[in-house]
Amino acid sequence: MTQEAAAEPKQNPIVPFLRIPDDPNDQPYLWGTKCKACGAVFLGERVACGKCGDTGPFEEVRLSDEGEIYVFSVVHQTVPGLEAPYVAAIIDLPEGVSVRGNVYGLDPANPSPEWFGKKVKMYTEKVRTDREGNDVIAAKFRVLN
Amino acid sequence: MRDVAIVGGTMLKFGRYPDKDVVRLAADAAIGALKDAGCTINDVEMVASGNLYQSNAMIGQRIMKEIGATGVPVVNVTNACATGSTAFREAYLAVASGMYDVAMAIGSEQMGKMGLLGAEGANRDYSTEGVMGTGLMPGVFGQAGVEHMRKYGTKMEHFAKVSVKNHKHSVHNPYAQYQVEVSLEDVMNARMIAWPNTLYMCCPTGDGAAAAVLMSAEKAKQYTAKPVWVAASALTSDPWQERNPIMFDVNTVTRTAAKQAYEQAGIGPEDLSQVELHDCFATAELIHYENLGLCGDGEAGEFIGRGDPYIGGRIPVNASGGLLSKGHPLGATGVANIVEIVWHLRGQAGGRQVENSKVGLAHVIGLGSACTIHIIKK
Repeated sequence: MTQEAAAEPKQNPIVPFLRIPDDPNDQPYLWGTKCKACGAVFLGERVACGKCGDTGPFEEVRLSDEGEIYVFSVVHQTVPGLEAPYVAAIIDLPEGVSVRGNVYGLDPANPSPEWFGKKVKMYTEKVRTDREGNDVIAAKFRVLN
Repeated sequence: MRDVAIVGGTMLKFGRYPDKDVVRLAADAAIGALKDAGCTINDVEMVASGNLYQSNAMIGQRIMKEIGATGVPVVNVTNACATGSTAFREAYLAVASGMYDVAMAIGSEQMGKMGLLGAEGANRDYSTEGVMGTGLMPGVFGQAGVEHMRKYGTKMEHFAKVSVKNHKHSVHNPYAQYQVEVSLEDVMNARMIAWPNTLYMCCPTGDGAAAAVLMSAEKAKQYTAKPVWVAASALTSDPWQERNPIMFDVNTVTRTAAKQAYEQAGIGPEDLSQVELHDCFATAELIHYENLGLCGDGEAGEFIGRGDPYIGGRIPVNASGGLLSKGHPLGATGVANIVEIVWHLRGQAGGRQVENSKVGLAHVIGLGSACTIHIIKK
């Protein structure tokens, strides 16, 4: 291991469709692929369109960091080592694709139909260190007031 | 395609069998089904074995080594929770196609107390569980129920009523893992697993096996004067939807299977005597009332509220107690719910018998997704 690597752990996104730019003036963002033939949008890369079967070429799309809650559950029983309960939502993004996300800023003890359609904003957070000592970075969401 | 009869079938009581291995459980069910049919393993020309966790270890052939390794074709089938019913369909197609006259479907699973399905993956460094939403079944089916709340204003109580009904039915099913009645208060106040599903609204894991013997019409006559018939066998995968696979779509895959099955059988939902549907969670059962056409869209809450899906109601659903009570040993489930329908059609369902049952529907869904629907008639 080089001196440099030991001093500076890498920031690895937890999923391939989260990009952490090298440019310090830019923010991490979710990205997807748009089918030019039918307009369907997918998270991350595609070999072909899952809707119409077109094999591309495709258009890469930078996805918004704001979306809204479509539906949710509040997970109480989960795997060891995870904090529970957590609000696990399906978040619709304006580009026409959805993403799974934990949502913060809601009271897990009082799930409510008022949560439908709530606007949320993405942020990133280190959630663990991987076996090689790198930071594992996840996209999370908080409610916009 | 030829007509196919179910001539024999049985299941083991689902539960925990720490002293038996899964091959033994499957062998017990297979021998039971052969005896019920009045034939032996030597009459069977093809075997389809459904098992989720042992299919990569040739469990079908291992079962045959226990019960009679006759050298016939054996296929090992896996299709998530629809594994057993997909194996049944392979056996059905083998006979319907004219290739074989006698086929056997075996479904088996040994899960022990393995807990949350898919949970082991969350130990990996790059698992997204609990940090980017959920992929665990309780949360996924929680969200499916919450979608119904969003569309129609359904309340947690409506889903809880499903659990009350199925546990009430289970009291009369000696094959159910749990045979306990619970009140609406019990269900609503039980430990929350993933909102809105509490403990009693989630099916247990366990061990079990079931088997069925299928025959051509000509062959069936040699064994029974009263066979029951496979009127429809449908299998679908989930088509593209805007939020799928980010949010698993258990609705469309069921609706397309139901449409195909009703067309094959030449009947509609109003002609059914009873239904065994895939209530892995209470939320799932409620939305499937609509997906199977048992009531109109948005009417599922009223449907359960009126008592329509109770034994003695307009269209009994899960007279067995459903997966919520009966248990859900993955590979065994799909064969077992077909056998349950067969027992009702024969008038052999004891205290839970649906009176004068003539035609039943068995529905299974495997997340990912696969949906099977079989319509069985006298």
